[in-house]
Amino acid sequence: MIEQIDLTMVNWARATFALTAMYHWIFVPLTLGLSFICAFFESIYVKTGDEQWKKLTRFWMTLFGINFAIGVATGIILEFEFGTNWSNYSWMVGDIFGVPLAIEGLLAFFLEATFFAVMFFGWNRVSKGAHLFSTWMVAIGSNLSAVWILVANGWMQYPVGMKFNPDLARFEMVDFLAIATSPVAISHFVHVTSAAFLYASLFVVAVSSWYLLKKRHLQFAKRSLTVACTFGLLASLFVAFTGDEHAFHAADVQPMKLAAMEGLYQGEAPTGLVAVGLMNFSKKPGDDQDPFIFEVKIPMALSLLANRDIDSFVPGIDDLVYGNPEKNIMGVEEKMVRGKLAVAGLGEYKAAKKTGDDLAAGKALTLFEKNSDYLGYGYLDYAEQAVPYVPLIFYSFRVMVSLGTFFIFLFLVYLYFLYKDQLEKQALLLKLGAFSFFLGLIAHEAGWIVTEVGRQPWAIQDLLPVSVARSNLDAGTVEVTFFMFLILFTALLIAELKIMTKQISIGPEGD
Amino acid sequence: MFKNAFYLYYDGFRSMVVGRTLWKIIFIKLFIMFAILKVFFFPNFLATNFDTDTERADHVLKNLTEPSSANGNH
Repeated sequence: MIEQIDLTMVNWARATFALTAMYHWIFVPLTLGLSFICAFFESIYVKTGDEQWKKLTRFWMTLFGINFAIGVATGIILEFEFGTNWSNYSWMVGDIFGVPLAIEGLLAFFLEATFFAVMFFGWNRVSKGAHLFSTWMVAIGSNLSAVWILVANGWMQYPVGMKFNPDLARFEMVDFLAIATSPVAISHFVHVTSAAFLYASLFVVAVSSWYLLKKRHLQFAKRSLTVACTFGLLASLFVAFTGDEHAFHAADVQPMKLAAMEGLYQGEAPTGLVAVGLMNFSKKPGDDQDPFIFEVKIPMALSLLANRDIDSFVPGIDDLVYGNPEKNIMGVEEKMVRGKLAVAGLGEYKAAKKTGDDLAAGKALTLFEKNSDYLGYGYLDYAEQAVPYVPLIFYSFRVMVSLGTFFIFLFLVYLYFLYKDQLEKQALLLKLGAFSFFLGLIAHEAGWIVTEVGRQPWAIQDLLPVSVARSNLDAGTVEVTFFMFLILFTALLIAELKIMTKQISIGPEGD
Repeated sequence: MFKNAFYLYYDGFRSMVVGRTLWKIIFIKLFIMFAILKVFFFPNFLATNFDTDTERADHVLKNLTEPSSANGNH
């Protein structure tokens, strides 16, 4: 089985990973955001001494607990998949990911597990201040856990602070700080966590709007909405700001991803940003077809977003694939030549070490190191393989941005009617608010599609394509696990929805 | 202090309402994940098929240096 190759296996492994990650991400952002919202509610209770705020805190804390319990450990399945389906990758990054994931495990265990019990069991047992401290620690601990996962993910998008060890076939950490403080990792973390805050705010908006529509728990719902909409508005503004920063970094370290996000094939200066567009699905890199059947562009906006300069040049897919000497852009074909030299150098080094020929090993190592920045390109068969699936990224990006903009207005309108004390009369708005939670989920998943599909074909940007990162397994094995996870996660989601809706229908009085 | 901590957990678990269902789900989920999925469907590929780190490194190097054994589709 070890040496049997099946090229469709990689696609099943990718589908399984995508499925697991997308289901996992239904639970995680709610945990990250709702923990902070609970901390805000409890802070108001401690400050005012108003028992209604305590009741309110306990209700949302129960929903937080349900989500946490259903979602806990769903991420471990991703680690199972690394070891089974992505063993080459797993081996190669073990030294890099070991430290961040160990820190994540320790933080999660000590902060969450210790204070979780006080948060749920400690009412009336510890002082108000100690309980509030525990709630804040759970919120901070949950979010700190996310830091290290996103640092690891950020490294895959922008591998820094490492050196490849050709004897062990491993990327070894040489600069922990460079990895932990990589601009891509930091912008990734702040964007993802602020989006999680937004998502949790939408959850509170949805549940509270439903109460208002049903004319139940009116005071409770309006208090919840005031905090959630304020938090949600701040979070959504921050999401827009950090999203811009994220795209700016992508322009620098993942220009192909940015070009795919914009459906930009021919680079130009200045470059407009497509606000609305209907893509031509038959468009291929290098052909003469127009990438859009219809488009509305904001002039110079992409130049500003990518380079902070409205007149600057932004490379398109064709520039990146075929090269653009005028703009000093190396094409994929040239990178493939250098990548194949790196692969050959690695092979010669391995052979020379086996025969004990140190001179030949030294020469081979020099050849490898000279070209190792392009190692991943050595595994491509043709240049167009370096292009991800553009329409999916283009539309996912627009879904994410459009919904993100919509949420800013939604929170503003909610706050306006809360201020006017007329919210319960706005039935249409409340229905929209109740539905917006699902839109938040769609925006989140679309964001991950942009991030992860956008970096294809790379498991590690420029260094390791997914086709080499995988294990040598047959497709059937992976196919079975795909459907098993589909069943398991769907069952968990149904359980969550059932318990959550039951608790919501009971309301705060049932606490 | 230890007594207080013990009773915090003891009384907390005893007085759970929704929590009882959640703990059942957690245990069933963990059982499926670790006793079934991990054991029967997700063995660590390199740990299962090779005995030493040297063999594992050689296997990965082989995949890296003989691209025909792990060629590029995406």
